[in-house]
Amino acid sequence: MRSFYGHLKEFLRENVRDYAMFIALLVIMIVFAILSGGDFLLPVNISNLVDQTGYIAVLSIGETLIIVIRHIDLSVGFLSGFLGAIAAILMQFHHFSAFTAILIVLILGTLAGLLNGSLVAYLRIPAFVATLAGWLAYRGALLLATKGPGTIIITNKTFNAIGNDFIPDLPFLKNFMPGYHKLTLLIGIIGVVLIVYFSLKNRNEQARRGFDVLPWDMFLLKMVFISGLLLYLTFTLARYRGISWTFVIVLIVTAVYSFITNRTVLGRHIYAVGGNPEAAALSGIDVNKITLIVFASMGFLSGLSGVLFASRLQSATTTAGTLFELYAIAGAFIGGVSASGGVGKVVNSLIGAFVMSTLTNGMNLLGVDISLQYIILGLVLATAVIFDVATRSRGR
Amino acid sequence: MGAPLIELVNVNKSFSGVQVLFNVNFKVYPGEIHCLVGENGAGKSTLMKILSGVYPYGEYEGEILIEGNPVRFFSIKDSERAGIAIIHQELSLVPEMTVYENIFLGNEIKKGAVVDVMEEIARAKELLKKVKGEEISPTAKAKDLSVSMQQLVEIAKALSKNPKVLILDEPTSALSETESENLLSLLKELKEQGVTIILISHRLKEVLKVADSITVLRDGRTVAYFDCKKEEVDEQKIIKHMVGREITNLYPPPLSKPSDEVVMEVKNWSVVDPKTGRYLVKDVNLKVRKGEIVGLFGLVGAGRTELGLSLFGNLYRYFVQGEIFLNGQRVHFRKPADAIRYKLLYLTEDRKQKGLILINTVKENITLSNLKTLTKQMVIDELEEIAVAQNFQKKLGIKARHVEVKVSTLSGGNQQKVLVAKGLFVEPEVIILDEPTRGVDVGAKYEIYTLIRQLAMEGKAILLISSELPEILGLSDRIYVMSKGRITGELKGDEANQEKVMAYAVI
Repeated sequence: MRSFYGHLKEFLRENVRDYAMFIALLVIMIVFAILSGGDFLLPVNISNLVDQTGYIAVLSIGETLIIVIRHIDLSVGFLSGFLGAIAAILMQFHHFSAFTAILIVLILGTLAGLLNGSLVAYLRIPAFVATLAGWLAYRGALLLATKGPGTIIITNKTFNAIGNDFIPDLPFLKNFMPGYHKLTLLIGIIGVVLIVYFSLKNRNEQARRGFDVLPWDMFLLKMVFISGLLLYLTFTLARYRGISWTFVIVLIVTAVYSFITNRTVLGRHIYAVGGNPEAAALSGIDVNKITLIVFASMGFLSGLSGVLFASRLQSATTTAGTLFELYAIAGAFIGGVSASGGVGKVVNSLIGAFVMSTLTNGMNLLGVDISLQYIILGLVLATAVIFDVATRSRGR
Repeated sequence: MGAPLIELVNVNKSFSGVQVLFNVNFKVYPGEIHCLVGENGAGKSTLMKILSGVYPYGEYEGEILIEGNPVRFFSIKDSERAGIAIIHQELSLVPEMTVYENIFLGNEIKKGAVVDVMEEIARAKELLKKVKGEEISPTAKAKDLSVSMQQLVEIAKALSKNPKVLILDEPTSALSETESENLLSLLKELKEQGVTIILISHRLKEVLKVADSITVLRDGRTVAYFDCKKEEVDEQKIIKHMVGREITNLYPPPLSKPSDEVVMEVKNWSVVDPKTGRYLVKDVNLKVRKGEIVGLFGLVGAGRTELGLSLFGNLYRYFVQGEIFLNGQRVHFRKPADAIRYKLLYLTEDRKQKGLILINTVKENITLSNLKTLTKQMVIDELEEIAVAQNFQKKLGIKARHVEVKVSTLSGGNQQKVLVAKGLFVEPEVIILDEPTRGVDVGAKYEIYTLIRQLAMEGKAILLISSELPEILGLSDRIYVMSKGRITGELKGDEANQEKVMAYAVI
């Protein structure tokens, strides 16, 4: 029987890449908590942080798949800004309901993604160039859409709730644990229980078949770590106003994309195309179709991001979406996506996006000068990728 | 005759523990055309790469003597300085650059700090004249030239270095009959001008036309040396030495007899390379019956792989003409997925680049081509998938700790078995196996041969593409031989022998 430390060392050596960004996020949060004298961890700030990350996080998830199939999409930032403006125009000037406006924007986003995808898949235009053209065109379109009023103020309450409101609490528990958002607590606890249950079930199943599984002590450590983090987040959010609608959307998108990438044929085919396009094609996979689907999903998520951002600001502005694409791509790379294709997890990219916005949020809180902020973000991105390349090549 | 210009003495060379050259001796006299012949994998190219410094001193054992003096080459530059220039089998011009830029690439003529373009163009013109390529414009782009013209540019490039010795590796394999003729007469002319030439080729007719002397390599050993001025040499004599390989009882006996039922028939199949407009495969007709193992033999450039790939949904977009019939029904495949649907499968010779996804697991690779059968409403049934993968692991004896390890960690033989398992999972009726034992050790080879026998017994129709003659002879019920894109011979398995097959292959 080997010691706990022996296991820990081996665990860290073999899985350092998969958990590095979780550890990095934790370290960054602790550092900010100390430097800000606890302000950083105030429930209101954590709640804000989550909502600020939302519109970048969904883009990061989309870019993850794009980069997995060895492409890039630069057009998503201004596409998201432009689609946010379209939503604003539909609601303010043409009196569409929030629901119809959102639906139209999501459809338009998907179509824009299909256009990018066709350029890349069928006309063989390098994704960098095709989407750079989109970047320019959507920037122009955004300026055009906001030309008259400059900024379009959105007055639709339902729409604005997405970026600013929280899920309702259970009405019949008014007197139980006052000051806490009970539904949030309930969801958080159920989530943790489900995660532990399924991890345990999965581990047993794999052990039964003789696959490599984590030793018990490491498995417990991992479970304690994940549950602890999630419960902390739950209680913090519950002490403020609970889970925001933005966070609900981000969680749903993450869950759906995780499920698709891990469990479905489509997901398997996406990673196969990224890992070796020639072998994938000779295995009977339609590489062009996969490319089209992945770009379409990116367009869809751009629409979603546009809605989240416009609703958060309760307006559409001429600069909406600026640099979103680069933050999203940085988030994906910090999350461990490999530019050589076939590698990268949706959940890790989500964490990568959180690393980016935590840094920004924390440095703003501390009053770090904006010039220094960019330099630090650059260093963090470079470090993450260097670390990634180093751990990967050692694995070979 | 005097002393040899070049002599290689007792050369040994290994690649990661596998020895490919065994005490090879090789000599070339000044002012002659020396031909180096042998089967695929005999070690010809490796030997020439040692002589030209591609494999530097220290990576091989033995000695290189030039005019009697031992030399050590640490790079290609060293061998060029000693007067040796090599033209590799794969043409290596930069397509987007002009002819003169290509000729002087790496040896630019300079005037001060800048390239002297005028001088380069003028010199390029002279060199092109020397190789009888006057019609080539020095300022044309390399990609706009035909293959034979590109070849002339390569030779001009080599001559720009004023070599004493010019090595050409299979220069005619991509050329037509007349183009080859022209090239050979050019070589003779260069010889008259005092350039010593080493020509690697398996086209024996051409070899006999120009050779002053011939070395035959077989399995990394020098097996024969002919001085064509002193003795009469003919094709039969060379073939006998080329193929004198021992056929051991490495091959499992047949488990069943093929039936008479034709499963796949290919009629008048031609394939044209869209980039060069040349025929890769021409007027091929072939049949494969149920439970039959049909061997398809050919040397480098015969068009075997192109035939296999073009039948299997033509992924690389060659221009294709001809008809495929499966069980008597005419079929037309627009992509590999169509072929798979009709139970026709091609397993690539290049398992790392085109066959497997190395960063994925054994399980994911095995099920990739037919995942749909493992799904319930789009979701993969993982337990079922694992069971399938474990079944194949057991059936084929894939040596891996379990099916969730990455394929990149397996040995070559086990990777090949994963590729076969992947193919079998689509339950094909016709399997085209392209070099199924390339880069596989002897033990794993036997297991793969046994597997091929089993597949035949289960009634699969098998087309076995291979450049290993013993393998073809040891397994095939019937053999087709290809050369220059055509089928040049068909033999029954029991009437075939090495000489007969090789005689068709070197046509």
